Amino acid sequence: MVVNCEQVWHEISNFIEGEVDAGLRAAMDEHFRTCKRCASVLAGTRNVMRLYGDERMIEVPAGFGLRLERRLALNARVRSRPWSTWSAWLVPVAALLLFAGGLRVANSLATGPELKSEHAQPGWGIPPDMQVVVTADAKVFHVAGCGVIHNKSTERTLTAKEAMQQGYVPCLRCMREYLHTASAGHVTLETEADGGCRGGTSRSGALETPQTDCSSPGQRAMLLSDND
Amino acid sequence: MAELKVAVNNPTGTTREQDLIALVQDGQNELFYELVRPYERRVYAAALAILRNETDAEDVAQEAMLKAFANIRQFRAEARFSTWLIQITVNEALMRRRRERTVVMEGIDDRREEESDYAPRDFADWREIPSEVLERKEVRQKLAEALATLDRKYREVFVLRDMEQLNIQETAEALGISVASVKTRLLRARLMLRDLLAAGWEQGWFSRLPFEKGSKPW
Repeated sequence: MVVNCEQVWHEISNFIEGEVDAGLRAAMDEHFRTCKRCASVLAGTRNVMRLYGDERMIEVPAGFGLRLERRLALNARVRSRPWSTWSAWLVPVAALLLFAGGLRVANSLATGPELKSEHAQPGWGIPPDMQVVVTADAKVFHVAGCGVIHNKSTERTLTAKEAMQQGYVPCLRCMREYLHTASAGHVTLETEADGGCRGGTSRSGALETPQTDCSSPGQRAMLLSDND
Repeated sequence: MAELKVAVNNPTGTTREQDLIALVQDGQNELFYELVRPYERRVYAAALAILRNETDAEDVAQEAMLKAFANIRQFRAEARFSTWLIQITVNEALMRRRRERTVVMEGIDDRREEESDYAPRDFADWREIPSEVLERKEVRQKLAEALATLDRKYREVFVLRDMEQLNIQETAEALGISVASVKTRLLRARLMLRDLLAAGWEQGWFSRLPFEKGSKPW
């Protein structure tokens, strides 16, 4: 069997993959020995495959592994948590109610909206009339211009209070200042499905909140500014 | 601590990865990151090849890892874990792209019929490029830029096959295309990249490499 250059180019990828039959392989081997141009194509193609196949060609953003590890750790904790044991969080919820003044909080707990993300961080001191933006199918609200807003064509503006009443949670990036507080009582959390917001944050709240209960709608409503 | 547990519980000669999979399937969730850590780069690269946006790629890569974690009990040993992980990532990335409709922003070339008759353009003398060139960030950057110029359909196949090391069949299944299409696109992607890199040689990408004067690595 004799092959010409065009036939060789057409089969060169299969040749490298070892997916040509013995007869064609022998013919191509012979062709490469005598055709400098096709030998160049073969060597160059192998160079491409070897260089791009090197793991150094894949670079991940700085902190990628750390962010992933935190997110997985949170997810693992949530999965292994005995949610069915009401007594496990009745105590902290009761303490929370007492701390916050009782009735008003109890009302908000009873009537609050369903959160779009069940593992979201509550905000702290977010001005209720602050203008924020949300998008369809997302779970977080952002300051206008935030770099991680997805599906911008569906963007709409509303107040922070409205956003939280509708179940949206603060973006970990642009609302970061409202996720960090200075007092004791530390909870490390990260949204499980925040639609693109990165980074774990360590927060502590003036309100001591159990890890499992940070996304309680009523609690989040309470964490709005007092003049809400 | 976790590593010790794995070593002690390995009387059957199974690999470390198999042990980790079994332990995570058995409920030791904290070991999952150790299981997927070796594949972080590949998962991210698969997402980036499809989405072409670093923020989206990281988000999708993380979502894919979480989905793998949630479904780890469904993983069966007859498949390679890395392939399973990459396929989840590709599915997530394709879903994200469909949702955000970025496909309409792709190049006109993507609408062309398959073409397998691409002819190489550069036939200069060649020799092997040492992989040490990849130590240089500017070389990696140039190679990444060359890859980014490929049309989506060629780039995706090339990344999954030649960077992620899926086989032809796995690549076809991951992208939902035929084996024949994978082969055709792969051939074209490799030859186009070869020409792009040959042109890069002319522009001095590898100018500090110890090649003999007058010869090219192609």
